[in-house]
This record gives sequence, structure tokens and C-alpha cells, in this order.
Amino acid sequence: MNIADELLKGSRLALSRAITAVENEYDDAVTIMQKLYPHTGNAHIIGITGPPGAGKSTLTDKLAKEYRRQGKTVGIIAIDPTSPFSGGAILGDRIRMNELTLDQGVFIRSMGTRGSLGGLSRKTSEAIKILDAFGFDVVLVETVGVGQSEVDIVKTADTTLVVLVPGLGDDIQAIKAGILEIGDVFAINKADHEGVDRLHTELEMMLDLNQTKIEWRPPIQRVIANRGEGINELAEAIEKQIVHSKESGQFVSRRTNRTKNELLAMLDEQVGRYVRKQLLAYGKFDELVMSVEKREKNPYAVVDDIMTTILR
Amino acid sequence: MEKRVRVLVAKPGLDGHDRGAKVVARALRDAGFEVIYTGLRQTPEQIAEAALQEDVNVIALSLLSGAHNHLFPRIVELIREKGMTDVLMIGGGVIPDADIPALKTAGIAEVFTPGTSTTTIIDYINANVN
Repeated sequence: MNIADELLKGSRLALSRAITAVENEYDDAVTIMQKLYPHTGNAHIIGITGPPGAGKSTLTDKLAKEYRRQGKTVGIIAIDPTSPFSGGAILGDRIRMNELTLDQGVFIRSMGTRGSLGGLSRKTSEAIKILDAFGFDVVLVETVGVGQSEVDIVKTADTTLVVLVPGLGDDIQAIKAGILEIGDVFAINKADHEGVDRLHTELEMMLDLNQTKIEWRPPIQRVIANRGEGINELAEAIEKQIVHSKESGQFVSRRTNRTKNELLAMLDEQVGRYVRKQLLAYGKFDELVMSVEKREKNPYAVVDDIMTTILR
Repeated sequence: MEKRVRVLVAKPGLDGHDRGAKVVARALRDAGFEVIYTGLRQTPEQIAEAALQEDVNVIALSLLSGAHNHLFPRIVELIREKGMTDVLMIGGGVIPDADIPALKTAGIAEVFTPGTSTTTIIDYINANVN
């Protein structure tokens, strides 16, 4: 099966196999991505992030249904943590999305983080491109449950939705750096729970102090995801952000930045791989390690030597 | 990055008992597999489609309702229709010995009945997965 060609003809099996090829770094992964790349850039990528138990999966499910109602097709990537001990994972986000399984306008893929620490999996951005090339109008990326600093999603998505729930912490939490800085739109889920007014006020106060997002003040929308309440309004708030982002030029500049970062990351990886390969071929790497260990040489000088020898 | 074995643990039909499925899911996770768990009361169509979207290597079906003779072969059929010819399909639950040969003929590679240790299941998957 020629995976890229079949995918572009609309084969869902090929779509699924393409993501596997990239995730496992099979030999044909680069060829597949090369063929698909010209077909990417059309989907709007929405990141959905927030602490564990905030209701990201349920909200993703409801938002996907809202987009389907609007006639848009939706690709979903749902990320759960990989065990650092066994390398295994339980990927359970689909449980909240079972009603979408048989909708041919939707495709849901679960991914384990596989060692990545930023809230995404190692190959999330490639998986997004694959869904994009297949032709989905919207790609929803649900991150792992995050704490305060897993903010990779903001480099990957066109729009970042931060989902919060009442009762997680006092007001100092709201002025800390991290996930609260990356929201283009905020959703307060479980808005029937105690503490919702306080959280709402704290968030508004935090946004009042925000110097960097003067052009776009992130709206805060209350929702009760499992009952479907507020979803319409949330989708409207996201739509307004998209329109604003496109009109202000932010949309384009974010994408240019992303392309730049992706190119640099690919370059880093290739150069790193090349240097390691040369080092092993050179054969004296173990000796160098020992001489550094014994303090006969310092690591900075060794790295300098390697760089000038290998990357002449 | 080495390949990870992906396993869909699914509960087909009207059966609300998922303790066994959860124990197996957890054991498979600890054995280094990526386990996709879809929850209770799935139709054969939902299970087959989820298996396709997740591109799993193994489908592990758990059933305690007695409907295995109908549901298991139906899932095999749907998986094959989707062109997933290399998926290892196994079953577990309260399944009478007399029913097992027919299930195997239908395409269920192995059936694990109550009392099976999770190690047996893990070893079986490791030995037979594509």
C-alpha cells in the first residue's frame, strides 16, 4: 500500500497507518511526510489544555459535535501520559468521545507522550499535519493533564483553549507563569460547582494585569461540558479569536514562527544523529568519556574538539 | 524510537462488568504496551472503527454476558472488511470451553477464561503479535 497516495484519496486506514509510521519512525515516515506536506496548512488547529480532571476530553467531544453541526470535519488527537517506568500507557480519552466513533467526518487518534515532557507527544505536530493533509477542517489537540509549565501546545496550535475548574487553588495560582499565560480563550468547566464566581473574578483580575495581550483580551466562558451548556457560546468565542488573529496578522506570524521552530528542530535532530554516528565510527568516544571522568580533560574542550573534527 | 505494541481493550455489548478488562489493561500497561480503553457497552461497529483509527496490533475483547458467539465473530468480520488483516484478536471472560473451538474458527486467536494470570496473556501477545 502506498500510504501517502491512499491517504490523499481518502483512505482512513492509510491515514491511521501514516500516523503509526511517523510515531514509530518507520523507514517510510519521511517519504510519507514529504508527499503530504504540500497538502497541509488548511486545517485550523485548536489546542485544548488544562489540569487533569478539568474535563478536557468531554469538552473536546462537545466542541467536535458543535463543529460537526456546522458541517465541518474534525480530526482529534488525544494525548495521555506514557509511564516512565514501563513505557506503557493507558489511553482513555476516547471513553468520553464514543458517540463520535462512527461519524465518518471525525477521526480520533490517541497518543502516549513517550517521554515528551511539554504536554504533547513526541510526534504530535506530524500527526496534526497528517490529519490536515487528509482534509479535516478543524484539528483538536487535547494535551495531557498539565500542571503549570507544559506549554508546548502554544507552539503547535493556532488557537489555545485553556480549561479550568473551580476549587483547584487560591488566587496566587492565577498570577504564576505558565499555562495561564497561553490561553487565547478560557473555559471554566463544571460551572455549577462551588467557587466558580471566585475563579472567574481571579481570572479577570489576572487578565487585567496582562501587558502582552492588550490587542486581544482572552474571553472567559463558563461551561458545563457534560450537559453541553455553554458550548455554543464557547465555539463563538473561539471563532472571534480566529477572526481577530487572522485580521491582526497574529495567525500568520504564529505559523511562520512554528515553521521556523520545526525547521530548527529537524536540523538539530539530523545534525545530532550525524555527529553521534561519526563519533561511534571514530571509535574513541569511550576513551574520551573516561578522560573527562578522570578529570584529565574537561568536557568543554572535548566537545570543541569533536565539533572541529567532525563538522569541519 | 522503538515500535510500541498497541492494544485495544474493548467491552462489546450489554455488559456492565469491567473489573476484568481494567485489570488486564493495567497489566498490559505495566508490560510496556499502549492500551486504548474505550469503556463499556460498545457495538461491534464502534470497536472495529476505534481499532482502525488507533491502528492497534491487538484487540482484546472482554465479555461476561454470554453473547460472545454472536459478537466476537461479528467484530472479526468488520475488522477484516476494513482491510486490517494483521490484527491479533483475543477474547476473555466467562466463556464455556465448548464455545472456544468455534470462536477460534471464526478468527479469535485465543480465548482466556477466568483464572488466567495476566502474565499468560502478556506472554501470548508478545509471542503472537505481528
